[in-house]
Amino acid sequence: MDTFVQQLINGLTIGSIYALIALGYTMVYGILRFINFAHGDIYMIGAYTGFVLATSLGFAMNPSIFAFGVTLLGSMAIAAAIGMAIERFAYRPVRRYSRMTTLITAIGMSLFIENLFVVIFSGTPRAFPQLLQNDIYPLFGNAAISSSQLLIFVISIALMVLLQYIVFYTKIGKAMRAVSFNINSAKLMGINTDFIIAFTFALGSALAAAGGVLTSQYNPQINPLMGIIIGLKAFVAAVLGGIGNIPGAVLGGLIIGLAETFVVGYGQNIGIPSTYRDAVAFSILILVLLFRPAGILGSNVQEKV
Amino acid sequence: MPTWLKTFIGAIVAIVLLLVFNAMLSRDGFFGIGIDDYNGRLLAFIAINIILATSLNLINGFTGQFSIGHAGFMAVGAYSSAALTVYYGKSLESAFAFLGETGAQAAVLIVAIILGAIVAALAGLLVGIPSLRLKGDYLAIVTLGFAEIIRIVILNIDSVGGATGLTVPGYANFFWVGLFAILTVVIVHNIVKSDMGRALVSIREDELAAEAMGVNTTRYKVIAFVISSAFAGIGGVLFAHYNRFLSTNDFGFIRSFEIIIMIVLGGMGSMTGAILGAIIVTILPELLRQLPDIQIGATVFKFADLRLVIFALVLILTMILRPQGILGTMEIGGLFKRFRREPRMDKNTGGLK
Amino acid sequence: MKKIITSVLTLALFAPFAACVQKGGETGSTGDGTGVIKIGVYGDLSGQTSNFGKSTRQGVELATEEVNAKGGIGGRKIQLVVEDDQGRPEQAKTVVSKLINQDKVSAVIGEVASTNSLAAAPVAQEARVPMITPSSTNPKVTQVGDYIFRVCFIDPFQGSVMAKFAANSLKAKTAAIFGDVNSDYSKGLTEFFEGEFTKLGSKVIMKQSYTQNDQDYKGQLTAIRSANPDVIYVPGYYGQVGIIAKQARELGMNQPILGGDGWDSAELWALGGAAMKNTFISNHYSVDDPSPAIQTFVKAYKAKFNNVAPDAIAALAYDAMNILAASIQKAGGTDSAKLRDSIAATSAFPGVTGNITLDKDRNAIKPAVVLELNPAEKKYIYKETIAVDGAPSNTATTGANMNANTMSSQANANMANTAPTNTNMASNANAAANVNGNANAAGTK
Repeated sequence: MDTFVQQLINGLTIGSIYALIALGYTMVYGILRFINFAHGDIYMIGAYTGFVLATSLGFAMNPSIFAFGVTLLGSMAIAAAIGMAIERFAYRPVRRYSRMTTLITAIGMSLFIENLFVVIFSGTPRAFPQLLQNDIYPLFGNAAISSSQLLIFVISIALMVLLQYIVFYTKIGKAMRAVSFNINSAKLMGINTDFIIAFTFALGSALAAAGGVLTSQYNPQINPLMGIIIGLKAFVAAVLGGIGNIPGAVLGGLIIGLAETFVVGYGQNIGIPSTYRDAVAFSILILVLLFRPAGILGSNVQEKV
Repeated sequence: MPTWLKTFIGAIVAIVLLLVFNAMLSRDGFFGIGIDDYNGRLLAFIAINIILATSLNLINGFTGQFSIGHAGFMAVGAYSSAALTVYYGKSLESAFAFLGETGAQAAVLIVAIILGAIVAALAGLLVGIPSLRLKGDYLAIVTLGFAEIIRIVILNIDSVGGATGLTVPGYANFFWVGLFAILTVVIVHNIVKSDMGRALVSIREDELAAEAMGVNTTRYKVIAFVISSAFAGIGGVLFAHYNRFLSTNDFGFIRSFEIIIMIVLGGMGSMTGAILGAIIVTILPELLRQLPDIQIGATVFKFADLRLVIFALVLILTMILRPQGILGTMEIGGLFKRFRREPRMDKNTGGLK
Repeated sequence: MKKIITSVLTLALFAPFAACVQKGGETGSTGDGTGVIKIGVYGDLSGQTSNFGKSTRQGVELATEEVNAKGGIGGRKIQLVVEDDQGRPEQAKTVVSKLINQDKVSAVIGEVASTNSLAAAPVAQEARVPMITPSSTNPKVTQVGDYIFRVCFIDPFQGSVMAKFAANSLKAKTAAIFGDVNSDYSKGLTEFFEGEFTKLGSKVIMKQSYTQNDQDYKGQLTAIRSANPDVIYVPGYYGQVGIIAKQARELGMNQPILGGDGWDSAELWALGGAAMKNTFISNHYSVDDPSPAIQTFVKAYKAKFNNVAPDAIAALAYDAMNILAASIQKAGGTDSAKLRDSIAATSAFPGVTGNITLDKDRNAIKPAVVLELNPAEKKYIYKETIAVDGAPSNTATTGANMNANTMSSQANANMANTAPTNTNMASNANAAANVNGNANAAGTK
């Protein structure tokens, strides 16, 4: 029983990270119908900016809430700026071309970021400094939760609530929804669509960066290729929840996180070795596409002619 | 000249050149002119990449669907055929012994190619049916996921080498690889020029309109995808038996992306473009080895470390500056017609809609 | 018409490749006794494991610099040709082909990952250019042929060393293994640890695996915790090991954690921190060993490369280059057959990673040291030395791998037996991959 609870906690922790990244995918897809392949790399950039901030400001020596807050917000801001720059200089020039062109640009961007970081920081995994005291709180039996896990839950939920607020209760959120509904009509209504798109990229990148810094507190090892697989899984989470749907992305992220952890924890009993962890997400994806292509919370949209 | 005759003459010329290259690779060379093993290897990889690029072009360039897991199908073909030749190669050879030694080895290779193509086609069917029913970019993410699953599955099968890799008998030489490259080009060319090709292009241009005109879009998309997967499988079989070593590290994301870069650089929806792209992507990284190191301040950036960064940058810049690729949808013949009749291209969409 | 032009132009593009290279004669490079000596180095410099490739390059560079500073070999300087293979076996093969055919190198040093070495070794073997791999541990690598050598342990040895340590010194009755599924190194160590551990009467009660890019290990660790083993064996690389130890300790698992030379890196202290208490590794040497040879190397390396301490891979690459240089000296040139025999005759070479002797299978025989990690002082504590003759006597399983390649390599091994390293060739001829054979060879010395 305590093992089960422990696995539940593990699964929800990693699931929250997937959810944070999936939000960025789902927002950009909702607005531009475009899979931003470089989004997983923004997550990596977030972790590295946090690393550089924390080491250069000397936070590594004296961890505190303040140090953590500055690192988190700082890397979110820098990642937001980088996200906007990528949109401005790589994606905007190709936006009017075919969808294939934008997708390939995104793949190129992803390769570029990864390899650039390999050159700058080398492929060596680096240790991310511990910014907060990591305490263990025993629950019952062997089951325990660590403060870094609690931190991930609390901050993820806070950020998701904030995002929900921005999208549904602010003027800019209204504009975002208008653009996602029909970009040309939105333009005719006087909405500055370029700005809204840039804002969406900034928002998504900031969330991914938050995911990067949070994960680095839980799993303090960063390397330039850390975003690839997690980015793909987050995309699968977005599709599972219903792409373009914000609560769906969160739900999808949690489901994938839990499914993976349970395959790792209990798969051996039914003959699935833990090696197949990465295959879980993609198998779920194929099943979803077969039986419910719009995703769990998504609705079927008829294509307009 | 009728089309079939043009194709026929083109193929003959290609085969003659293949034979010349093959002679140059031999010990005595072609009238004393030879190619060393390194360049011979690059030639063979150009041929393998032509197979992969032309087959991916069928689905990405002509049908307008986006598959980014071609390496997965290549791996399926490579590993299934290698499992056959590693474990049963010798007994198959003795079964074909009446063809002589060279003949028997060729026969085993052909059996391997047929097996690889069939298994890869089945994999294509499995992936294609759920994802091609839907519009949108689902195929992209499913193919990428599939390629990764295949890699994980192979890693867990120790009888095909697992993480260590598998040594494969070298049944394929440059001649066979080149011959199948020519065959692939001719077959894909004929498909594109057939009724089916027209249907595929109509799906690319406007799926809804194609459907309204009575084209069974899902059916055509799946057929094109299965054919494309089968050729990727053949590419994999030839890779396995030419390279003589298989490792899952050779079938990662990078491989899939490389094949995409080939067709994108050359021009999607152009046979010539895919071939040109395959040549550039094979040779360019090798040529980049010659460049010197860069010194910025006190730090020296070894050029070797920068190769992949430059590669990615070239891809992004191509997309921004010339999204239709080097040739767009034009074929090489079109380049000459240009002087007579300016081809009209949609500048905004790069020829694609 | 279109199609004809298409074909002609396409194939015309191939033309630059037909650059007039006169064929004929041996492809293998033969030393002419003058000018610089070209040595090829290949490795992953831009891919996922580029940290290993760069360590290799730096180790080789340091050794080369030292040899050249002393006036080179017989007055000839060494010139390195370094190529990147992106960590892809196909590229490794291409690159070695380039080094041999275009750059005409006299010998090749390379790859860390056994799968890349395995892909490239046949090229060197067929061209008769000696290749020394500094750190590929899979037994199959040197079975490719008599021109392929290594200066590191092989998996069977290192895996069994740790099993012995666990069963005899730590008195462990049960163990869990947590390995990297993507790494042949990890798989090799897992296999031989399990074999030896079981033979010693203990039991492996759980096996879990991870991949390099996993962001979370708690799922697997929780499963291991429920089995409650006496020790946990993590035969992986330092990048993951530090976090695994940390997350294990967070889950309240305080068992000893054991590993191999893949853990050796200064970064491990930062990654694992206090969690590295009660952990043990098998290694070639210890950077903290006070012996002057090791300390001179560590100091020179730090001085040359931004004060970064060398990891095991850099140390092995350094030794590989030094052995190569010494062998060229001994052979009196770079004639490939003479150089091969000269490398094969390497005996008690005083390397940084121990006294290296090559056995008849061209594998290095040297004792392993077991070290305990002390994270508080960031130091290794020497525990014990386990020598080769303590290697398991029935690990012939790898020898049973009878694909065509292994067969031919055994024939080659027979030819190589003319090398002076061993005298009891006939009886051991068909035990090419047998560690027992190593032990015998060592015994005759």
